[in-house]
Amino acid sequence: MAALLEVTDLGKHFGGFTALEAINFSVAAGERVGLIGPNGSGKSTLVNCLCGTLRNESGSVRFDGRAVDGLAAHQRTRLGMARSFQLPKPFASMTLADNIRIPLLYTVNARHGRHLSPAELDERCAELLQLVGLAGKARQRPRELTQVEMRKLELARAMAAEPKLLIADEAMAGLSHSEIDDILALLSTLNERGITVILIEHIMRAVMSFSERLVVLVAGRKIADGLPQEVTRNPEVVKAYIGE
Amino acid sequence: MRAPTFWLVASLVGAAFFGLSLLVPNQYYFQAGYVVLQYIVLATAWNILGGYTGYVNFGVAAFFALGAYSSVALYKLAPLPIPVLVLIGGAVSGVVGLGMGYLTLRLRGAFFSIATLAMAVVMQTLITNWDYVGGSRGAYILRPAQVPILGNYIVYLFLVMLILSVIAIGVARSIERSRLGFGFASIRDDEQAAEAAGVPTLRLKLVATTLSGALMGMAGAPLPYYVTYLDPSSGFSLSYAVNSIAMPLIGGMTNWIGPLVGALFLGTIQQLATVTISSALNLLIVGLLLVGFVVVAPNGIVGLVERLIAAARNRR
Repeated sequence: MAALLEVTDLGKHFGGFTALEAINFSVAAGERVGLIGPNGSGKSTLVNCLCGTLRNESGSVRFDGRAVDGLAAHQRTRLGMARSFQLPKPFASMTLADNIRIPLLYTVNARHGRHLSPAELDERCAELLQLVGLAGKARQRPRELTQVEMRKLELARAMAAEPKLLIADEAMAGLSHSEIDDILALLSTLNERGITVILIEHIMRAVMSFSERLVVLVAGRKIADGLPQEVTRNPEVVKAYIGE
Repeated sequence: MRAPTFWLVASLVGAAFFGLSLLVPNQYYFQAGYVVLQYIVLATAWNILGGYTGYVNFGVAAFFALGAYSSVALYKLAPLPIPVLVLIGGAVSGVVGLGMGYLTLRLRGAFFSIATLAMAVVMQTLITNWDYVGGSRGAYILRPAQVPILGNYIVYLFLVMLILSVIAIGVARSIERSRLGFGFASIRDDEQAAEAAGVPTLRLKLVATTLSGALMGMAGAPLPYYVTYLDPSSGFSLSYAVNSIAMPLIGGMTNWIGPLVGALFLGTIQQLATVTISSALNLLIVGLLLVGFVVVAPNGIVGLVERLIAAARNRR
């Protein structure tokens, strides 16, 4: 299968600090990839470079057959790359429905082709909230939500952009056992609908049950890439997590 | 209410207001009313950038005075009718707004605000040293005493400013309910999340600074004809910025009604204080009201009313 995302020799520095060095990996369309690594290993920096929030100084990112280097974050979103944030960033002054409306207006309606009418927009907002189980709260504001609902809103907003690739940045941190299962089930549903998912996560139970493949970052380098069972037995990975 | 209907209603309200104003026997009413209307335009313009998009602009005086000084410059060159001056003043300040936006919008929060304040100082220095428009001595404008149909020239200026108020409010209201308005609000709430949702944040912020600047310039363009003598220290007076920020804060920043209510409320109080006590009190009034509103109604008059309505509904 052709690669949807291809990262070649990607490097990022903050002053004298090398956050990422020569990262190479690719993700096939429809794949579920887990990206793991200890704190400070560069996972979030990598996500930010992929999504265009940060600019990588070296290397390149190809998405869906075209180089996206130099494109702003909103342009990458329009190409079909959506993300959720590690700390939920809802639009606090808007209702949940309007939170979903933003990506519909600025991504779906910004692409070429047919534009959604106001009635269709309302319908689509309701559908997406339904999908994540927030249908009853469409007119509430984000501050009234619990942590897990906030994560679901993040995912629904990312989904509204009709992405080909969803990058879920620690969508489960701080959640309870059953809440994690909720989010995992949701991500699996999305994947079954044909969306490629990159899951950045600390919770190994979640990563292991969800991912078809694991990519491990340690101190800004990729040290392993392969089947989850093999990767977790890799001595280098064990060393990074547990020490010698 | 759909946008065309709103424009129609706003125009009718404006026309009715002007009709009623003509019944007022006192000429001073128009003199004072002009200032209040001017603040409706300034507060509404400020709110497009400050309230909708969340970028606090302290450089109101610069945009306003640039509009006024383009009229002065054109007066020296070839006197033009006021509506033309308004368009030119708006264009000049709009272009400056675009330029300022381009230079400063990579700054956020307080840094952006400081940059706008600095820009106002730079503009004032430039104008003060530009001899053609009078430099620090200021410029005199000779205006006709009468205009056809309306008679008194002040009534004419009052009408121009009233039309500008209707336009400013119409523009603000249209933005609020549009895709653009949703984009602005997403930038105000969280810029990074807005970008991730596909909102071209830089472009939208430039639209906001340009629109906001243009409306301020339009409000400033008739000023030289109103005051007949304009010097840099009065044109660039800090009180324009203070008032234009205080009015949306007091009225409410989330929709078009807030700046309108705030400008009517604060502007009228200031005009009353000017005739009954002293104009020196004006900034003190603003200060006291701001402190009061921050404590009692942090979301402004509109927010307070909304809260009271919600409370009344819950009691039932």
